[in-house]
Amino acid sequence: MGNILITGCPHSGDDAGMLRQIIAGACVESSHLLHVLHILQQKFLHVSETAIREVATMLALPYSQVEAVVEFYSFFHKTPRGKYDILFSNCICCGYLADGTDLMAMFGRRLGIVAGRTREDGLVSMDQTSCIGMCDHGAALLVNGMPVTGLDGSLLERIAILIEDRVPLEDWPSEWFQIEDSIRMSGMLLDHEMPRGDSLRTMLALGAEASLNEIIQSGLRGRGGAGFSTGMKWKSCRAAQGAAHYVICNADEGEPGTFKDRLLLHRYAHSLFEGMTVCAYLIGANLGYLYLRGEYRYLLPHLQSVLLLRRETGLLGTNICNQPGFSFDVQIVVGAGAYICGEESALIESLEGKRGIPRVRPPFPVSHGYLGQPTVVNNVETFVAAACVVQKGSAWFRAMGDEVSKGSKILSISGDCASPGIYEYPFGVSIRQMLEDCGAADTYAVQVGGPSGVLIGSPEFDRRLGYDDLPTGGAVMVFDKSRDLMSVLVNFSRFFSHESCGFCTPCRVGTVLLRDRLDKIFSGRGAQTDLEEILHTARLMKQHSHCGLGQTAANPVLDGLQRFPQVLGKFLLNRDFEPDLDLEKALAEGRRIRKGNDTIACADRGGQ
Amino acid sequence: MMKTDNRQDQAARNTITIDGREIPFQPGQTIIDAALEAGIYIPHLCHRSGLSPHGSCRLCMVDIVDRKEILGDSDRRREGKIQEETRSRSVAACTMPATAGQWIRNNTPELNEARKLITQMLFTEGNHICPSCEHSGNCTLQAVAYYLGMLDGHFPPFFPRRELDASHPTVMLDRDRCILCELCVRASREVDGKNVFAIAGRGTRARLIVNSESGMLADSDIEMHDLAVHVCPVGAILIKEQGYRVPIGQRTFDLHQVEEIDLGKTILPEMGQK
Repeated sequence: MGNILITGCPHSGDDAGMLRQIIAGACVESSHLLHVLHILQQKFLHVSETAIREVATMLALPYSQVEAVVEFYSFFHKTPRGKYDILFSNCICCGYLADGTDLMAMFGRRLGIVAGRTREDGLVSMDQTSCIGMCDHGAALLVNGMPVTGLDGSLLERIAILIEDRVPLEDWPSEWFQIEDSIRMSGMLLDHEMPRGDSLRTMLALGAEASLNEIIQSGLRGRGGAGFSTGMKWKSCRAAQGAAHYVICNADEGEPGTFKDRLLLHRYAHSLFEGMTVCAYLIGANLGYLYLRGEYRYLLPHLQSVLLLRRETGLLGTNICNQPGFSFDVQIVVGAGAYICGEESALIESLEGKRGIPRVRPPFPVSHGYLGQPTVVNNVETFVAAACVVQKGSAWFRAMGDEVSKGSKILSISGDCASPGIYEYPFGVSIRQMLEDCGAADTYAVQVGGPSGVLIGSPEFDRRLGYDDLPTGGAVMVFDKSRDLMSVLVNFSRFFSHESCGFCTPCRVGTVLLRDRLDKIFSGRGAQTDLEEILHTARLMKQHSHCGLGQTAANPVLDGLQRFPQVLGKFLLNRDFEPDLDLEKALAEGRRIRKGNDTIACADRGGQ
Repeated sequence: MMKTDNRQDQAARNTITIDGREIPFQPGQTIIDAALEAGIYIPHLCHRSGLSPHGSCRLCMVDIVDRKEILGDSDRRREGKIQEETRSRSVAACTMPATAGQWIRNNTPELNEARKLITQMLFTEGNHICPSCEHSGNCTLQAVAYYLGMLDGHFPPFFPRRELDASHPTVMLDRDRCILCELCVRASREVDGKNVFAIAGRGTRARLIVNSESGMLADSDIEMHDLAVHVCPVGAILIKEQGYRVPIGQRTFDLHQVEEIDLGKTILPEMGQK
């Protein structure tokens, strides 16, 4: 817990000498830009203009690149945050509104702070952040990067007291920081206990060609959602020419409602690194990266210790498993709050120390990836599955699932159900079965695959999990009949407008237009034309956006309109058109100043 | 029954077909470069032949159509094959490499409607007050809007607050008009051999920044003859004391359609430097 010491001091953030010392210190561990900026943010509670210049000079980067990166990632700030920086998740399942009361407003009143601001005395700051992957543990927040879950009024009161008393985080009750692994149903992967190194030894005995064939034969497809054949991806990368090959694990699990990688990173880190090492051998890589989402930074010490153990036992490093020439190691790079970096080419950009902007494809990472070299990017679950496939054989894997989708899928189920948590199912399981197993009653709608996925209602609960029916990266959010689905749609639209990288016009502008249009309807000012506007914008975003974010950002509202028309319909005014300008609201400020004596505005109202 | 004779002919010839017109391309060329070279205009803002492809404005989206040749009904059968368009996908013409036999739709009502919406989005998110803008008439955004028949901004304007940089003696940066096309970013890096501009931030807060210690243009190494100064398709990068040298009514797009100018640029690169 050494990295959560409250040592931050905003005042020395402009002292060039001290900055240089801290930057040099950070570089001893890693000179990755995201790492250096994190250290500065932690130490000085912000990254000042002076700091940006010093970092650029010391890392030999353009000023503009450092500034661009600082402004891109949500966890870096150009003005000081509080010594206790509180970030409430705003996810529909682990967010500050999750249990019906506005916990963030309550906390703000208690401490005298407003969201987005730092308190005058610099002690505490508060803001909201996108889903932090704690949806199986109720409302959650990050305090200086450490997650605290199961929030309610009394816990927040205790937190407020500790903050006001300036109690260092180390002295907070340690049980608050324990994140339980809530495995509710395990299957072929989660039940499989693999002796460390077994997968590697099996692979070496089989040989590279045969091992690669096993993976291809197994039918394993990427578990991130896109579903490309893992074996074929590895095969293409192996065949691609390049000065070096790279293996990258995408542990940037940012889709709201997804938290199964959190479990895998915690409990199955050996299998994950084993899968990466297998991949390295098969494609000829000597170096791999694990790109860990910033929200999971608390898992970093654990992951580092697993890496260390593997190096010590000859499962990483040089001559792995005593195989001459088999060298591979893994470095961990931690993100800093940007959903878009879950897109593989944006992730690669981020790894290269840049803004996370998705690249133009083709070319694809298998031929032109990290540093322009052939690169395999797979997510955590895919590597874990690949390690098991090599060890147990393709037949074992193919025995589960259905014709199109082989094996099992690990799901994060949350929302309105008795037992939120991790569920592993063979592909082909129905939504109805899942709802039964997680103790969901009176279910109204299920969001499969998170906000970028599909929103379905009860007539479709017999649909099945699989690449040909309902594909998912792993999120299943359950909404019962007490839930106002409109607030869910509003929440998702805010999420996408916050997370759009801003590269292409349809997504950058479209996500904001959709958000504002839904807000207008939600506030009771929507009319029929607003629905038509939503459809126009949504269609444009879907067809013309640069990457998956923009192409899927309108899915929730489109699904809502198609499957739950009454959800939006009940908010609509009974008229065709309502101006975007809210006259009452626009005049409110003036009225307040004139103490309500606004005869012209009143006359206008009368004339309507 | 499928036949591919025609496509194989095309493949052998390295040609693509845009709106029914078959045009040649060089291996490695993008669809838009092949089109512009052949005199076919595809609306665009973030593209310029010679700079690396970008694909951010999305104006140049075209549809690539998968076709198979089928035998039609009895009347048509006598005439030979007919084409059935099976499905299409939208791609950015400026980033998609041309490959032999591509069947592309460009100048269609649907695509032009989408392009108009995108142009309206660009107007909406910035502060584009054409009547008071000194670049009016020389502005490609404005010209594209006319070309697409845009009559209003359509969407509720965002009215963003953006910083102006007038620190440099001859070049001015008015971010209100910036459309984040990154032409200046690329021109500076790829042609001028400098690195004056970059984009910082995310989403609608993305903004053009200057790569200098102070972040101001005055401290950058930008010079008047840099392509970066002249490549801006809107009035975000302005040359001081020249705004009204050419009166309104006699400016580039007062006298020419945007397609004339953009088609000309591929032949005469210096024409862009008004």
